[in-house]
Amino acid sequence: MHITRRTVLLFASASLVPAFIGVSFGQAKDFLIFVTNEKDDTVTVVDGASLKPVKTIPVGHRPRGIIITPDKKDIVVCLGDDAQLAVIDANALKVTRLLDSGPDPELLNISPDGKILYIANEDDSLVTIMDYKTGEVTQEVPIGVEPEGMGVSPDGGMVVATSESTSMAHFIDTKTYKVVANILVDSRPRYSEFTADGSQVWVSSEVGGTVTVIDTKTRKIVKIISFEIPGVRPELIGPVGINFTKDGKRAFVCLGKANRLGVVDTASYKVIDYVLVGQRPWHATLSPDGSKLYSANGLTNDITVVDVASLKAEKSVPVGRLPWGLVVRP
Amino acid sequence: MFGSLPARKWASGLVLLALGGLLLFVAGTVSGAAQQPAAAPAAAPAAPAPLQVNILYLSRQYMEPPPLSLVEKIVTDKGIQGARIGTEDTNRTGRFLNQNYHLSEMVLSLDDDFKAKAKAALASGQKFILADLEKPDLLALADMPEAKDALIFDVRTSDDSLRQEDCRANVFHILPSWAMRTDALGQYLVWKKWTRWLLVTGKNPDDLGYAAAVKRAATRLGAKIVDERSYTYAAGSRRTDTGHQQVQQQMPLLTQSAPPYDVVVVADESETFGDYLPYRTWDPRPVVGTQGLFAVAWARPFEEYGGTQLQHRFEREVGRIMTERDYSAWLGVRSIGETIIHINSVKPIDVRAYLLSDRFGVDGYKGEPMNFRNWDLQLRQPVLLVDPTELVSISPQEGFLHPKYLTDSLGYDQPETKCRLNK
Repeated sequence: MHITRRTVLLFASASLVPAFIGVSFGQAKDFLIFVTNEKDDTVTVVDGASLKPVKTIPVGHRPRGIIITPDKKDIVVCLGDDAQLAVIDANALKVTRLLDSGPDPELLNISPDGKILYIANEDDSLVTIMDYKTGEVTQEVPIGVEPEGMGVSPDGGMVVATSESTSMAHFIDTKTYKVVANILVDSRPRYSEFTADGSQVWVSSEVGGTVTVIDTKTRKIVKIISFEIPGVRPELIGPVGINFTKDGKRAFVCLGKANRLGVVDTASYKVIDYVLVGQRPWHATLSPDGSKLYSANGLTNDITVVDVASLKAEKSVPVGRLPWGLVVRP
Repeated sequence: MFGSLPARKWASGLVLLALGGLLLFVAGTVSGAAQQPAAAPAAAPAAPAPLQVNILYLSRQYMEPPPLSLVEKIVTDKGIQGARIGTEDTNRTGRFLNQNYHLSEMVLSLDDDFKAKAKAALASGQKFILADLEKPDLLALADMPEAKDALIFDVRTSDDSLRQEDCRANVFHILPSWAMRTDALGQYLVWKKWTRWLLVTGKNPDDLGYAAAVKRAATRLGAKIVDERSYTYAAGSRRTDTGHQQVQQQMPLLTQSAPPYDVVVVADESETFGDYLPYRTWDPRPVVGTQGLFAVAWARPFEEYGGTQLQHRFEREVGRIMTERDYSAWLGVRSIGETIIHINSVKPIDVRAYLLSDRFGVDGYKGEPMNFRNWDLQLRQPVLLVDPTELVSISPQEGFLHPKYLTDSLGYDQPETKCRLNK
C-alpha cells in the first residue's frame, strides 16, 4: 500500500522527484533482475539494489522469452534452438527443469493461477498450451505465420497471440482453445499486453512502426499509435515490448533500432516523451515497486535503468551478449 | 485504413473457415494452397465477399552457366519456388480475410513465341505479373498495349538501365540494382578505409554494366580505381580433371604488376571466373564485387530480424536453400499481398496507388518496412554483404546519411534519376 501511495504522489507532482529519490534509496529491497542473453546462451542475474551482476546461469541455446511464475518461485525461459523451456529456481538461481515446448519457442506467458503456459512456437505457426506442473502439452492452437506475442488477460480467460508474418492479433478463448477473433494490425506484430483492467489489449507492430489498441469487448481497434522522433528515420522505429506503469497511466514502448522508449499517456494515447536508452531495446520490465523500468538493449549488451517518474535514464548495466528480455523477482 | 474493415463482422464467422484453411495448408501442396479455402460450415454468414487474387509468374528457360563451385548445387527452379512460398504465406493471412491468392506459372522455352504467349496471358485478365525475365523480354512485355494497366514485378534483373533511361511506368523492381549493390559494398570498403580498388571485369554486357556501377560508386564515395583489368578467357567447364593448375597460373597473371591497391573488385555477373580470384591474386588482397565479398538482397548466412523463420520455412517446403531470386519472387508476392490485404481490392489502379503511398511497407525480414521509390519504382532495402559462408555486414553503413531514407544512400537518388515514368 505504501508503494502505491508513493507512486500516485509522484505522478501528482513532478516537483517531488528529488524527495522521491531520497526515499527510494532508503527503501531499496532485495530483488533480482533476470536477463536472457540470446547470443550467450545464458541468463544474467543482476542485483536490483546494487545493480551488480550476481550470477550468470547457462541455460541452453538461444534464450529469448522469459517470465516469472505468479508465485515468484520459478523463472521460465524459452530456448529457441533446443525446442525446450528452462525452469530456473528463482532463489537457488539454478536450472531445475527442462520442458519440451515444441519447435522454436520464442516467447511465453503463464495463466494468472500459474497452471498453464502459453508458448509461441515461432517456426511452426502454433501456440502450445502446456500444463506447467507436469510439463505435458495439452493442446496446440494453429494461428498465423510466426507466432510471437502472447498477452494473457488479467482474468486468464483470453490469450491474444500475434503472428508476425500474418500481421494479426488472434484472440484465443482459454476455455475452449478456439480462436474467436482475428484482428488485422500493422506489419510484424511482436507483442501483446492487456491493460490491468482487461478492457484493452495493446499490440506492437515492429515493421509497421505502430501500436494498435484493441477494445477486448468489441474487438474493435480503438487507436493506432504512431511514433515520431526528431532526427530518427521512421523506418528505424520498431515497437516491440510494452509495459504499463503500476497506476496504468502510462505505457512504455520499446522502439528497437530507434534506441528509445516511447512513453504513451494511456488516456489520450499521446506520446509524451522518448527516453534514450541503449541500442535496440526490445523488452523491458518494471521494478517491484514500479519506480524503475529496465530495458534490455540487444546491440549494446546492457540494460538501462529508467526512472519512471522523471523519465530519465539513470544508469546502464552491462550483461551478456544480445540481451533480449527480462523479468524481476521481488 | 483499418476503420474500413468490418472487423467485427468477419471475426466471428471466419474462425472456422480459417482453421479449416490452416489444416488444408499444412497438408497441402502448392496447388492445394491455391485452391479455395475449405468449404466453410453454414455458420459463416457474416464473412465479407470472397476476393480472388490472381498472380502470374512468367519466365523463360534461359541459359544459365552452372556455378563454378562444386559445393553449390545446380538449381533450375530459382524464383518460382519463392513465388510459391510467398503465395502460401499470403494465403495464410488471406484466409482470415476471405481473400484467396492463386499463382499461375508460365515458364516458356526459348523456342516459344514469347510475345504471343505473354499477350494471351494478359488478355486472359492477368494483372499482377512476377516477371522472371531478362531485359529484352521484360521490356517487350511491359510495352504491350495489353500490359498498360498491369503491374509487373521484375524479380530478376539488377540492370541499372531498366531503372534509368529504360524504366517503365508499369514495372516495379524488387532486387537491388547494380548501383545499389556497389554503393552497399563501397560504403563498407570506405568504412574499412580500403579505398584503392583494382577492377577486374569479364567480357559480357552484364559484367560491363556491373563494372560501370563500380566506377560510379568509386566516384561518389571517394575511392580510387587504380587500374582496370579484363578477363577475356571463355568460361570453362566446372568439372575438369587437373583444372586447378591452369587457374592457379591465370589469376596471378591477371593481377600482376598492379599499382598499390587494397582490394580486387571483380565484375563477373555471369559467374565465369570470379570465384577463382580469392587466394590466387598476385598480391595478397581480399576479393570483393560479384564474388568474394558480395552484395545481395538475400543469402543463406542471413538469419537476423526473424530471417531464420523464412529460411527454415523455405528449406522445409522446398528442400534446398532460398536463393536471392527466390527471395525476390517471394517479396514480389508479399508486396501484392501486403497491399490487397489492406485495401481489399484487385483493381490495378487501387493496388498501384497503395503501393506508391506512404502507407505501404512490406516486411522482408530486414528489420524495417520497405517501399518503392516513386521515381523509378525500385524497392528500397538494406543490402546484405556476405561471403559464401558468413554475413559480414549490412548496408547502408553508419554515417552514410540521407535526408529521407537511409537506404536512399544506395543507388540512384531522385535528383540523379534519368527515369521519366510519365513520358
